[in-house]
Amino acid sequence: MGGPFSLRRWARLFADYTLFLEGLGVTLLVAVLALFLALVLGVIFGLFSTSSFKSLRAVSRVYVEFFQNTPLVIQIFFVYNALPYIGIRMHEFLIGVLCVGVYHGAYVAEVVRAGITSIPKGQWEAARSQGFSYVQAMQYIILPQTVTIVLPPLGNQAVNLIKNTSVLALIAGGDLMYRADSWASNGTLSYGPAYVVTGALYFLLCFPLVKWVRAHELRIKDRDTRQHAAARAGA
Amino acid sequence: MIRLNGVFKQFGNLEVLKDISLHVREGEKITIIGPSGSGKSTLIRCINALEMPTSGEVFLNGEPLLASNRTGMVRMYCAMVFQQFNLYPHMTAMQNITLAPVKLQKKSKTEAEELAWHYLDVVGLRDKANAYPSTLSGGQQQRIAIARALATRQKILLFDEPTSALDPEMVQEVLDVMIRLSKESITMIVVTHEMGFARQVADRVIFLDNGVLVEEAPPQDFFANPKNERTRAFLSKILH
Ligand SMILES: Nc1ncnc2c1ncn2[C@@H]1O[C@H](COP(=O)(O)OP(=O)(O)OP(=O)(O)O)[C@@H](O)[C@H]1O
Ligand SMILES: [Mg+2]
Repeated sequence: MGGPFSLRRWARLFADYTLFLEGLGVTLLVAVLALFLALVLGVIFGLFSTSSFKSLRAVSRVYVEFFQNTPLVIQIFFVYNALPYIGIRMHEFLIGVLCVGVYHGAYVAEVVRAGITSIPKGQWEAARSQGFSYVQAMQYIILPQTVTIVLPPLGNQAVNLIKNTSVLALIAGGDLMYRADSWASNGTLSYGPAYVVTGALYFLLCFPLVKWVRAHELRIKDRDTRQHAAARAGA
Repeated sequence: MIRLNGVFKQFGNLEVLKDISLHVREGEKITIIGPSGSGKSTLIRCINALEMPTSGEVFLNGEPLLASNRTGMVRMYCAMVFQQFNLYPHMTAMQNITLAPVKLQKKSKTEAEELAWHYLDVVGLRDKANAYPSTLSGGQQQRIAIARALATRQKILLFDEPTSALDPEMVQEVLDVMIRLSKESITMIVVTHEMGFARQVADRVIFLDNGVLVEEAPPQDFFANPKNERTRAFLSKILH
C-alpha cells in the first residue's frame, strides 16, 4: 500500500473530507457548549470561594480540588461506563459537554477567584462606603475590573478545553479526533495523513486564540505603562 | 447627627477602641488627631459601618446603626474620602461621580451629570470629567474623590487622612477644597495630621491615644492650653 504518507492515502482522505468536517463541527459544538458551562460554573464557584460564608467557600474548594486532581479521562469513563449501572444513561455528546465543562469549570473558578482577590480592598471599601450592597458592589465595581484581568487566563483555558474535547474519541463521541481515528482504522489504515490533518485543524482553532491572548496581555501592559506615564507627567 | 455610646472595638485580642462616647451635632466640623495606630481610622470606620463595634452603639440621625441596616443607613447618611482615593479605575471621573446617584438614588443620568458638573466645578476639575483616574495626579484624584462623595449629598462626610498620600505640593489644593466645604452645612469628621487645617476649620478637635478619647476642645483651647498630659506630649512632638 506504499508508505504511511503515500499520495494514495492523501487522496482517500480528501475524498472523505466531509467526515472530517462533520467531526470538526461536533468538536466545535461540544467546545462552545462546554465553554459556556465552564464559564457559568466558574463564575458561580469563583464567587463562592471569595464569599464571607465558610460553607460556600468549602463547597467551592471541594469542587475545585476534586476536578483539578483527577484525570478528565477517568471522569468521562466513569460517566460513560459506570453510571449506566445505576440507570443514568446519556448521549456521548452530552457526556462530552458535561464532563469537559465541569472539569474546566474548576479551572475557571480558580481564575475568577484569583481575579476577584486581585482587586484592592480599597475598591470594596469605596463601594460599601457609598452604600452599595455586596451584589451591587460586585456588579458595578469589582467584576468589571476583574473581567480585563481574567480574559487572558480564560483564553488559555478555552484553548485547553478545545484540545481536551478530544477525550470524546475514547467514548466514540463523533468528534473530530474520533472521526479521524475511526476513518483511519476502518480499512484505510491511513493513520499518518489522518492525524496530521486533524492536528492541523485543532491548531487552526487554538492558534488564533493563543495569539489573541498574547495581544490582549500586551495591550493591558501597554495601557498600564501609558497611564502611569501620563500620571507622572500630570503630577 | 452622630452619637457614639461606649463604643469598644477589638481585632482579635487587640483592643483598638476603648469606651468611646461622642456626640456630633448636625453641621459640626470635627478633626481627629492622634498618634499612628491610636484607632482614628477605626473610629470613623465605625461611623459608616466599614467596621462594626464589638460593643456599644452608634446612632446616625437618631437611628441605631446595626449589621442588619448598615447598607441602607450608609446609603442614606454617609460619604467617605479615603487616604488612597479609591476611585473606580475602570470609570471616568464623571462615571465615578454619577454611579451612586444613578444606581442608588435613582436619579436620571442627566440629573446626575448636572450634579456632577456642579461638584466638578466645586473641586475645580471641570476639564477632567472624561479622564480616567490613572491619568490624573494624586491631588486631582483626591479632588475627584471629594466630588464623588459630595454628589450623593449626604449629611455626613468622613475624611480619613485625605492628604497623607499626596506629594507635598498637592496637599494645599485638596485642603483648599475642604476649607471651602467647611463653610457649608455638612457634618464633617476629618482625621488629619494637618494642624493648620484643624485650627482653621474645626469646631472641635479630638485627641485619640491608644484607643482612648483623651481630650476634646475647640481648636483655640485645644492648641493653646491642652489639659491632658498625653495631649501636651503629642502636641509638643508635632508642633516642635
Ligand atoms: N482589620 C484589622 N485587623 C486587625 N487589626 C487592625 C485592623 N484594622 C486596624 N487594626 C489595628 O488597629 C490599630 C488601630 O488602627 P487604626 O488604623 O485605627 O489606627 P490609626 O490611628 O488610623 O493609625 P494611622 O495614623 O497609622 O492611620 C492598629 O494597631 C492596627 O494595626
Ligand atoms: Mg488611619
